[in-house]
Amino acid sequence: MTLALFYIAGAIALAATGIALTRVNAIHALIYLVVSLLAVAFIFFLLGAPFAAVLEIVIYAGAIMVLFVFVIMMLNLGNRGTVVEQEMMNPSVWIIPSLLCLILLIELSLSIASLKSETNPIVVSAKEIGISLFGPYVLAVEIASMLLLAGLVAANHIGRRLSKMDQEKDEG
Amino acid sequence: MNPLIIPLSHVLMLAALLFTAGLLGLLIRRNVIFILMSLEVMLNAAALAFVGASAHWGQTDGQIILLLILTIAAAEVAVGLGLVLQIQRRFKTLDLDVVSRMRG
Repeated sequence: MTLALFYIAGAIALAATGIALTRVNAIHALIYLVVSLLAVAFIFFLLGAPFAAVLEIVIYAGAIMVLFVFVIMMLNLGNRGTVVEQEMMNPSVWIIPSLLCLILLIELSLSIASLKSETNPIVVSAKEIGISLFGPYVLAVEIASMLLLAGLVAANHIGRRLSKMDQEKDEG
Repeated sequence: MNPLIIPLSHVLMLAALLFTAGLLGLLIRRNVIFILMSLEVMLNAAALAFVGASAHWGQTDGQIILLLILTIAAAEVAVGLGLVLQIQRRFKTLDLDVVSRMRG
C-alpha cells in the first residue's frame, strides 16, 4: 500500500515538474510547481518524516512560491514574454542539453542500481529534530540565521528603486 | 513482506529524475524566472535524497540538512528575485541573453 502510494506520488511529482518547466506562462508553471512540491511533501510523510513534510508545505509551497507570485505580479508582463518563449521551443535549442542530461541520468541510475538495501521508515519526530538542532547542530542554526540576514540585506539592496541620479546617469 | 517497505534505491532514483528535470530546465530556458524555478526543483531533489537517507538510517541528520536547504533556497530566491526586478527595470526584458555583458 505504502509502496503504491509512493509510486503514485512520485509520478505526480515528475509529471508536474516536467509540465511546469515547459510552460510559457510563468503563473501556470508556478501552480504546477506547487503540485510537484506537495507530492514531494507527501513522499516525505510516507518516509516517516512528518516534520519535514510540514516544513516543505509551509516554507516551499507556501512562502517561496508566494514570493515568485509577488514578483510576477509586480513585473506585470502580460503576454509580451510568451511569444519570445515559444520561439525558444524548437528542437535545435533543447536537443543537445537533453542528450547531456540523459547521459547524466544514466550514470546516476547505474550508481544507484548497485544499492540493494530496503528502507523500513522509522518515524523521526519533531522533538528529536529539535533536540539535535539545539545540541550538536547549534552552530549550523546560527550560520543559517546569519545567511538569512545576509539574504535580507542583499535583497533589500539589490531590489531598491534607482534614484533619480542613477537613472539620469544610465540615460546620459 | 512488510507493506511499509520502500526501497532506498527507488527514493534515490526519484531524486535523480527530479534533479535531471531541473537541470534540463536550467539548460534550455532563458527566462530568469524559469531558471530560478529550475534551481528550486534541483534543491528540492537534493532534499529528497537527504530525507530518504534520514529515513533509511532512522537518524535526524538528514532532516536537519533539509532545514538548511530550505534556508539556502529562501535566501537564494530573495536575492534572485531582487535581481529579476532590476533586470526588468534596466533592460525591459527577462531574456538572460540580453544581460550577458558585464557592463552597465
